[in-house]
Amino acid sequence: MSVVTRLWARLRSSRAVVVSGGVLAAIVLVAIVGPLISPHDYLQTDFNRILSAPAMANMQVFGTDDLGRDLFVRTMRGAQITILVAVVASVVSLLIGVLYGMVAGYVGGRVDAVMMRFVDTLYALPFIFFVILLMVVFERSLLLIFIAIGAVNWLDMARIVRGQTLSLREQEFVQAARLTGVSPARIIFRHIAPNLLGVVIAYVTLTIPQAILLESFLSFLGLGVQEPQTSLGALVDAGVNQMEGASWMLLIPAALLALILMCFNFLGDALRDVFDSRRFR
Amino acid sequence: MVCCAMLRDMKSFRYVLLVALGVTLVSCDKPVDSGAEVSTLHRGLSIDPESVDPHKSRSVQAAEVLRDIGEGLLSYSASGELVGGVAKEWTVSEDGLTYTFDLRDDARWSNGDAVTAEDFAFSFRRLADPDTAAFYAEMLGSIVNVRAIIAGEKAPQDIGVEAVDGRTLVITLDQPTPYLLSLLTSPSTFPVHPGSIAQHGDAFTRPGNLLSNGAYKLDAWEPGSVLRLSRNDYYWNNDETAIDAVNHHVLTQEMAELNRYRAGEIHVTGSVPPDSLQQIRSERPAELHIAPYLGVYYYGFNLTKPPFKGNPQLRAALSMAVDRDVLVEQITGRGEEPAYSWVPPGVDNYEPRRLSYADMSQDERNAHARRLIKEAGYGPDNPLQIELRYNTSDTQQRMALAIQAMWKEALGVETTLINEEFQVLLANTQAREVTQVFRSSWIGDYNDAHTFLNIMEAGNPANQPAYASEEYDSLMQRAAQQVDLDRRRLWLEEAERVLLADHPVIPLYFYVSKHLVSPEVVGWGDNVLDYHYSQHLSLVDH
Amino acid sequence: MLRYALLRLLGAIPTLLLVIVLAFLMVHAAPGGPFDDERTLPPEIEANIARAYHLDEPLPAQFVRYLSGVLRGDLGPSYRYRDHTVSELIGNAFPLSLKLGAMAMLMALLIGIAAGSFAALRRNSAVDRLTMALSMTGISVPVFVIAPVMVLLFAVKLQWLPAGWSGNEGIARFVLPVISLALPQIAYIAKLTRASMIDVLASNFVRTARGQGLGAYAVIRYHALKPAMLPILSYMGPAIAAILTGSVVVEEVFGVPGLGQFFVRGALNRDYTLVLGIVIFYATLIVLLNLVVDILYGVIDPRIRQR
Repeated sequence: MSVVTRLWARLRSSRAVVVSGGVLAAIVLVAIVGPLISPHDYLQTDFNRILSAPAMANMQVFGTDDLGRDLFVRTMRGAQITILVAVVASVVSLLIGVLYGMVAGYVGGRVDAVMMRFVDTLYALPFIFFVILLMVVFERSLLLIFIAIGAVNWLDMARIVRGQTLSLREQEFVQAARLTGVSPARIIFRHIAPNLLGVVIAYVTLTIPQAILLESFLSFLGLGVQEPQTSLGALVDAGVNQMEGASWMLLIPAALLALILMCFNFLGDALRDVFDSRRFR
Repeated sequence: MVCCAMLRDMKSFRYVLLVALGVTLVSCDKPVDSGAEVSTLHRGLSIDPESVDPHKSRSVQAAEVLRDIGEGLLSYSASGELVGGVAKEWTVSEDGLTYTFDLRDDARWSNGDAVTAEDFAFSFRRLADPDTAAFYAEMLGSIVNVRAIIAGEKAPQDIGVEAVDGRTLVITLDQPTPYLLSLLTSPSTFPVHPGSIAQHGDAFTRPGNLLSNGAYKLDAWEPGSVLRLSRNDYYWNNDETAIDAVNHHVLTQEMAELNRYRAGEIHVTGSVPPDSLQQIRSERPAELHIAPYLGVYYYGFNLTKPPFKGNPQLRAALSMAVDRDVLVEQITGRGEEPAYSWVPPGVDNYEPRRLSYADMSQDERNAHARRLIKEAGYGPDNPLQIELRYNTSDTQQRMALAIQAMWKEALGVETTLINEEFQVLLANTQAREVTQVFRSSWIGDYNDAHTFLNIMEAGNPANQPAYASEEYDSLMQRAAQQVDLDRRRLWLEEAERVLLADHPVIPLYFYVSKHLVSPEVVGWGDNVLDYHYSQHLSLVDH
Repeated sequence: MLRYALLRLLGAIPTLLLVIVLAFLMVHAAPGGPFDDERTLPPEIEANIARAYHLDEPLPAQFVRYLSGVLRGDLGPSYRYRDHTVSELIGNAFPLSLKLGAMAMLMALLIGIAAGSFAALRRNSAVDRLTMALSMTGISVPVFVIAPVMVLLFAVKLQWLPAGWSGNEGIARFVLPVISLALPQIAYIAKLTRASMIDVLASNFVRTARGQGLGAYAVIRYHALKPAMLPILSYMGPAIAAILTGSVVVEEVFGVPGLGQFFVRGALNRDYTLVLGIVIFYATLIVLLNLVVDILYGVIDPRIRQR
């Protein structure tokens, strides 16, 4: 598929993409491998070693938390969960947004106007409040967090996809397909969707940081990921309480969180530069 | 610099600056009128009171504020003794069923009106009245007809309280209630001013409308921020009140409150964050006040369903395998006492019973527990799998994780931790459908063992495990009928022994009250009820 | 213009209704009620309470009762702050959140636009890279990390600024909360401005102006700034939403009795009326604000007005 190889070539040429993509990949790798090679378990408490500073002794390179659990392993687990939540939530919002945007853009006219008006009014809603309410209503599960975050983030994607679809629709190859009687569904999926790929990828990497921040914020309120699972946001929240006595509990997860967010931001910016030459205003 | 050039030139930036200035000016509040020599005490409160209507509130925080602006028939002195409040004298009949109170002549409301016996009668009627929907209506349940009034079977007028004249109040009881005097210090029994209610209706609680008969009156209330009180000149003991004004600052986050204290902005904190204790102990040990408090933290068993239904050995095993010393040293770390009883220490006229294994070493306990759990039919190839529910909070979480680890290590029990939001946990605990082991606690309402023991009677709404023992109930009945305090105490202690042996709950630790008190504050007395009346305190410059 | 505004307003009403219904259902769906507490109450008392607050009526009846109140402007009494009505609580809390938010927004716009323009002018220089690196950090570090760290540093250790809110007067207590709130927005606006300014500076009419000998600052002021502001304007919507979210955190950390804090508390306490009242209030506000932004858009870019 020439579309893919073309994309790949463009990606590889951008330094920002390579560097931030590389760092992210490295983080994911360590996050998965780290807990496997460490002698410690993320659940295991050790009351003799509460709040010990990072040290090489006993293989506790990041120190321990307030229950004596090894911080390295917990941070890696937290990173896994954070990235997982963010990616899945973004995929959810992507699916909803892309479908919605494609339909609106392709059908056009009245339907499009109504659909976009709906998006506009949703934009107006204080979604953070609904997310909090949702978390409060149901028993907090990982699945629900995905859905809640995904449900908040799809609006941007829908708008962008609709814009792209609108312009793609006017292009010759699409006109040709319509004239020869290809069904709209086929046109959408065979012809329009692949050309959306670049833009979609670019914007997905921008929704991921939003999802991460939203999840961290929920954890800060005590509504996010539940024990014994943990996320970087939850670790940071716990670390804030220990800020003075055991600063590593805050600094390490916070630094990792910031690093991940920065990588996604850089990546997203670079991808946008590569794919979306017409800047979205 | 581009920015400066832009700022100089741009008309639009000038407007922007103007707006910024405007917003800034608008946010400068008027400085508080600090007249000459007004001594103001700043206290931290962990959450807004629900209401300053004594009948419509029930939280500990509301009680704290109410104790400053109101006074009941009885009160506590600075040294923690029960003394007369609005009542200066009282007599009790031989059978313990009739109390006669003589009210002070100089007891007044903050508008000068006298506090009369009719005010109290009116207030008690209002407390019991179903239309008021008071939370603590049951508190005076031993007064004649109160229970019937609450259930709507009798009219509030039928209450066994009578204002014989302006200064004499007679209360008649259904059964002897030795702790009645302690109950009458509770803010739910404080009087309300009937004229105010008639005139303002529900708005009688607003600052400005609210009349108080306590040492202070409510000047202002900014929800989420602060309650401002100032001296009530008509208070009968006003001459002894040293501090002129009290500000209760609403500070929901313990860390934020600690920072305010350290910045010198508040004199007394409502609590102390456990994570900072180490540091505070080294920084300012003299200011840290930790004292036993009338509360027990426990894990309850759901006795209506397997595996804990009808299985006292299993329950005993789980209870034994908990190393309470580790919990209070490592997890809570605030100087709490590990709990081997149900009733906390320091209760008047009572010596709590202890669990049979209280004096064993943890290793011995674990050995016993292993035997018991084997007898109950569980072992390495059939490990016990249970669910433990607790509510969202750092400390609860750590507690649960620690106990999960202890049970696993000592007994091979596999515990699933379920963290629920507080309201959800409460609903589940009451429904008794899904719960197995759940975290709970009980704070005493008055200084008598009865407040802890009576909730374990069958059918009591606070009896979360659904403990139902005929032996226990009959012991409690006998105690309730005793007028002689020493004999009553024996029955109560025996009841506690029965309760502990049955293991419906795992008492874990007894609460402590924790405050940081500035060296500028004089007169702070630690007591088991954690009552600190602002009128007993004074400020010195230091 | 007027007709457009009116039409949009009318169109917002069904949305608001939908919001109310959704929020009402969600709040009531949450297990537990507003009067639950550690101490379980005897059933008779629970029944009395349910009756007094109409919680024993069927849900649709409760909804109708609530809605008719709202239409009369009465948002009801708070179930938790029983001495206060919801309107009162919102009335006390909102001006505070507004002040905080407005100051943060203003700060973000001033510093962000200035920094971004500066970076655009000095494109690819060390200053540019530094500014962009700082802005990237500002976006990446969460507000709830920045805020407590600042309190620790400036209030407790250095004692330059107050640690909290109540009992303090004057401008000083605004400083830390506003900065915490503004930081991520400064970063984002700087980024946006830089990108947009670079585009505009490269466009023909600007190049013409430069060719005619106009200095850099004059070019920006008379030619480049207005068109460069368009993306910032579109960002205003999400920016306001971001400040809303951030304000909940900032209010928690600094103990500011603003609307965000009351909402979270209300949701956790099952304070039905308070939660609903705040949701309605905010939804209405945002709809109005979006309308204003739309109109401003038309003012700045005449091409859009033609539409």
